[in-house]
Amino acid sequence: MAITREDVLHVARLARVEIPEGEVEHVRAELGAILEAVGKVAELDLSDVEPTSHPLAVTNVWAEDEPRPSLPVEDALANAPDPVEGAFRVPAVGS
Amino acid sequence: MAPGSGALIDTLRLTAEEAAGLLERGEISGEELAGAYVEAIGDRDPELHAYLHVVGEAGEGIPVALKDNITTRGVPTTAGSRILEGYVPVFDSTVASRVKEAGLPLLGKTNLDEFAMGSSTENSAYGPSRNPWDPERVPGGSSGGTAAAVAGGLAPWGLGSDTGGSIKQPASLCGLVGLRPTYGTVSRYGIVAFASSLDQVGPIAKTVRDCARLYATIAGRDPCDSTTVDLPQPAEIPDADDLKGLRIGIPRELNEAEGIEPGVTEAVSKAILLAEELGAEVGEARLPRSVDFGLACYYLVAPAEASSNLARYDGVRYGLRAAGDGDLTALYARTRWEGFGPEPRRRILIGTYALSAGYYEAFYGQAQKVRTVIAQEHAAAFEDFDLLLSPTSPTVAFAIGERAENPLAMYLSDLLTIPANMAGLPGLSIPCGLSEGLPVGLQILGPQFSENLMFRAAQALERALAFDYVPGRLR
Amino acid sequence: MTANGWEPVIGLEIHVQLKTRTKMFCRCANVWGEPENTLTCPVCLAHPGTLPVPNKRAIEWTVKLGVALGCEIASRALFHRKNYFYPDLPKGYQISQYDIPLCAGGKFVLPGPDGDREIGIVRAHLEEDAAKTIHVGGTGGRIAGAEYSLVDFNRGGTPLVEIVSEPDIRSAEEARRFLQLLRRTVVELGISDAEMEKGSLRCDANVSVRRTGETGYRTKTELKNMNSFKFVADGIEAELRRQVETYEAGGEIEQETLHFDPASGSIAPLRSKEEAHDYRYFPEPDLLPVEPPVEMIASAIDEIGELPAARIRRLEAEVGFDLAEGLVASARDGLFERVPGDRRAVANVLMNQLAAAGVDPDAVGGAELGKLVAERDRIPRAAFVEALARSADPGFSADDYLGETAISDASELDPVIDSVLAENAAQVETFRSGKEGVLGYLVGQVMKATGGKADPRVVNERLRDRLRA
Ligand SMILES: [Mg+2]
Ligand SMILES: [Zn+2]
Repeated sequence: MAITREDVLHVARLARVEIPEGEVEHVRAELGAILEAVGKVAELDLSDVEPTSHPLAVTNVWAEDEPRPSLPVEDALANAPDPVEGAFRVPAVGS
Repeated sequence: MAPGSGALIDTLRLTAEEAAGLLERGEISGEELAGAYVEAIGDRDPELHAYLHVVGEAGEGIPVALKDNITTRGVPTTAGSRILEGYVPVFDSTVASRVKEAGLPLLGKTNLDEFAMGSSTENSAYGPSRNPWDPERVPGGSSGGTAAAVAGGLAPWGLGSDTGGSIKQPASLCGLVGLRPTYGTVSRYGIVAFASSLDQVGPIAKTVRDCARLYATIAGRDPCDSTTVDLPQPAEIPDADDLKGLRIGIPRELNEAEGIEPGVTEAVSKAILLAEELGAEVGEARLPRSVDFGLACYYLVAPAEASSNLARYDGVRYGLRAAGDGDLTALYARTRWEGFGPEPRRRILIGTYALSAGYYEAFYGQAQKVRTVIAQEHAAAFEDFDLLLSPTSPTVAFAIGERAENPLAMYLSDLLTIPANMAGLPGLSIPCGLSEGLPVGLQILGPQFSENLMFRAAQALERALAFDYVPGRLR
Repeated sequence: MTANGWEPVIGLEIHVQLKTRTKMFCRCANVWGEPENTLTCPVCLAHPGTLPVPNKRAIEWTVKLGVALGCEIASRALFHRKNYFYPDLPKGYQISQYDIPLCAGGKFVLPGPDGDREIGIVRAHLEEDAAKTIHVGGTGGRIAGAEYSLVDFNRGGTPLVEIVSEPDIRSAEEARRFLQLLRRTVVELGISDAEMEKGSLRCDANVSVRRTGETGYRTKTELKNMNSFKFVADGIEAELRRQVETYEAGGEIEQETLHFDPASGSIAPLRSKEEAHDYRYFPEPDLLPVEPPVEMIASAIDEIGELPAARIRRLEAEVGFDLAEGLVASARDGLFERVPGDRRAVANVLMNQLAAAGVDPDAVGGAELGKLVAERDRIPRAAFVEALARSADPGFSADDYLGETAISDASELDPVIDSVLAENAAQVETFRSGKEGVLGYLVGQVMKATGGKADPRVVNERLRDRLRA
């Protein structure tokens, strides 16, 4: 499961993780080793097996459409790095 | 705290049950009890570093330590990560409010591998915890802080969380009883998410009865967690001394896996013989592909879910925001590189890759099918047996730094706990002896919702084993 | 647009905001126009460890819509995570539906002047809405050139149904009519206000063209931000034109997302949210599958009354297609059915004078309005208009206006007619020279002179007689 430098940079971009140039090769090597190990799952022929996305065999869990109190706006913003006028401020959205 | 009352309270030995007795008989006050632990924390935590944040509340009940990925209103909750440094929750997790309602005051928040990703607490952004049996060794992880606190007499009991083995393994390495409950019996609401389809909160305690007692306090359906269910029957505090009529299976693959230390095999074999003496009917079980493919399956499913669960840490609503200018995309990427340590980064990247276009079927899709196979193999085994036994960890506590540089070696720590977790099954680890002077854990596995049966069997074995949970060097 | 051998191929993606009381996955109130971030909780702010709990009513309503659109209701539907980063998406993923939506494979019957058209419905799925991002600085709240953005999570996590049509639409006009009738349907189901201005109904269009006779599809573009029915038609029209011109100039169309600017009528590429579109969908592990119970589907079926499309067909027989569609699309058909009298006359009054009077159709009493319509030629125009304007007032009685009758008595009219003829000698000449078209002008002058009180038919006769004399 050879993972290329481009793969690493693409995945890092998708995951919004900026890998400093100096570390890319190290990360690539680590991911390569792990992917090789986990690639083992491919050894099994499971074409006729249903996937399990959840260990519980339960369905239709939902709540009635009854409002509950929301947070006071101070609490909503209490942990915000940059609260402004009751809102969360973020730098301009780039490309 | 009244002078001398500390003498009444040997926090290293005192069980939660005994503490409850002292409180009920009025022999000590809640203040004195909490005070004794706060004092012990003052004495020994500088060495053990079990706590990230000490609260030291006093109340009517038995104090409890909570892993720091359990959200506590008004009390910092970091999940062992820089990215949540200074985050003070405005709400309580369901388990936190349940222990509160049960009158258990909060002693503090315990150390863990960052986002519960690890098996040693060495991945904590705030430095590792140390094993009370030997401070040069790890307490296991990711719930190592809770385990170190309980084994070191810094808490009568505590809560951890278990995704791939993060309760069972540290309990094993610290000579304690740890329960990973059936998936869906304990609320995940307010538990900083790692891998949603695997995360479960559970107790770490000195005795099986304490473990059952704390489980009874937190278990049950929670309207805030769609993936919880009501217990088929209420959790019971066990009182058993034999295993008569129990069919116990010994899965060959779990007991003969590569890398299991001889000393571990020896202690576990003795426990199995003891089980027979106690009246259990013991036979060989098979889990052919579960152990062989479990680890690979886990290290695809867990990182995939983690890559999505950790996307919310973007420096917008809470937590760290990296300094510097540039547009939002750049800010995200800097914040997330600076805020996450090496292990979360690794798992985010692996998980993103496993889910990305062109790889989904080969990796995540295939892993979900392996998961089906693992569930089926366990279901088959439980047609022939009531419970399964194996070592919890292939090894005793390892030296700090020994596996830190080699992720794959670290991942092997959970080889024996992962398969049952993938199937959503409960597992209990109890101490069954020493190897090289360090505790060995016995893993007891049962079918869904078999906690009561597991408690009874575990307690019968506990009595017969008569393991001394106080670390030798501290007796 | 099928002109010069090109056939439009259009599919719509429609987002409808459900008017449930609470959000999709938390119980914060789902209301519009509250102060910023006052309708948030740890769940919709995506605080660590919080979990979604689905809104039962939102699921019921999506099933109801699916039934109305003739969809297959999934026996086991899943929620998936759609992963991408944007400040209006607090979890870093949107909980949506992917390969097993609640509703799939429906057909929407769009009555037309020449028969029904069937617009295929690929799917209707349930998801959560994004928060609101206000871009500060730059021009007009647009992303381009903004200094920073402010995020308001009040709307974040409210329930949205996404309806995806097959590319069965063949003109911009048809797209508008489809969207309008779909809106009517959603509103009558009682699950949404579906107001484009408020954004509770949003429409994107996938547009391509092909040579008439071509069976395959060519590259399509996605048109966004068309926040009125007119803009939907204009935007699609403009894009169709652009594509045809491009092809005829020997160029190629590239797949891209476009932004329609109503002001200039121009179309420009839109910045994409995630440069590499790889949403890494996977089943949402915090939620369990939904298996709509038979009772849920059954009650959906009997809650649904006669659908707008069917009503258009029924009314068409009485008043013709255009009036029928107009009545239904403008929600005046309820009143229409309550008003007795000549059907076409009633329909015309409802669609013209009553529409102009701007009264609420549902507040108008059918019987009284019926009297007015029956007498509308007998009573003065001014009185008729006045009456319509009042027709929705409580206790309105047509009789107050029927009393006024038009002046038809020659002895009263002739003096007025004489002075009009005297003042308009030129027009009189024109008439006598054979151009009788000017008669209308002269009639108008008389009506004006009598303050609209003269009976136009009588005025006509008298004028002719006098001019021929
Ligand atoms: Mg959508
Ligand atoms: Zn909310």
